[in-house]
Amino acid sequence: MYNRRLDATFAALADSTRRAILTRLAAGEASVAELARPFAMSQPAISKHLKVLERAGLIRRGREAQRRPRRLEPKRLGEATAWLERYRQLWEGNYRRLDALLQELKTKETK
Amino acid sequence: MTRLKVTTPSDREIAMTRVFDAPRELVFAAHTKPDLVKRWLLGPPGWSLPVCEIDLRVGGKYRWVWRNDSDGTTMGMGGVYREIVAPERLVATERFDEAWYPGEALNTLILVETNGRTTLTQTMRYESKDARDAVMKSGMEKGVEASYDRLAQLLAATPAAR
Repeated sequence: MYNRRLDATFAALADSTRRAILTRLAAGEASVAELARPFAMSQPAISKHLKVLERAGLIRRGREAQRRPRRLEPKRLGEATAWLERYRQLWEGNYRRLDALLQELKTKETK
Repeated sequence: MTRLKVTTPSDREIAMTRVFDAPRELVFAAHTKPDLVKRWLLGPPGWSLPVCEIDLRVGGKYRWVWRNDSDGTTMGMGGVYREIVAPERLVATERFDEAWYPGEALNTLILVETNGRTTLTQTMRYESKDARDAVMKSGMEKGVEASYDRLAQLLAATPAAR
């Protein structure tokens, strides 16, 4: 179950338009028309992307009947970015050792 | 020192960027001389890199094997150098002995030096989006597994509350 949800999340994140929509929503909720404006895309095309993001649980619709603004659902995005954070920590460990090694090499070079 | 950034620039790639306080000749050497690579490219705590063979020529091979020093588990990988422009660019293929993603990946290391500091960008490009996602999911699962291991240890060490 957890994995199927992640599949949907990563599939939704794999598209640059959808990532741009999420970036826009990170700045605050927006209606479909507001989301469509910066993209050279029709509202139905944007709606299709929004459906994928909704199914992946990355966004949800607000309640105001007229505008139905979309909002970011930060929890699900957090599950996906948690992986990047673990990966980052693993490499940060490597690179801290590299920092120390480079300092040592620099000292040797100037001697 | 800037923090390491990890991004997914396209649906087939994972990229890392970080700044090092050293000229790029040294950063390049640390990626291409076995006795230097062995000093830092170790992965999680408790692992070492006992095998580090590098034939630094276009078409030359490299082979690295990591070892978990507590239980003896090994993990090997290797590939072929495709482009070598010292000290600024290194492109090599990558394939793990025990495939955990389909196909081969192509790793590109780019080093840009400004005022004695080096910005490193390492990009891993996978054969398909599925392969890239497999890498990401495997990381997720391992992370979840590690958390369960820690939980199990904690439970084992905690006297039952009565």
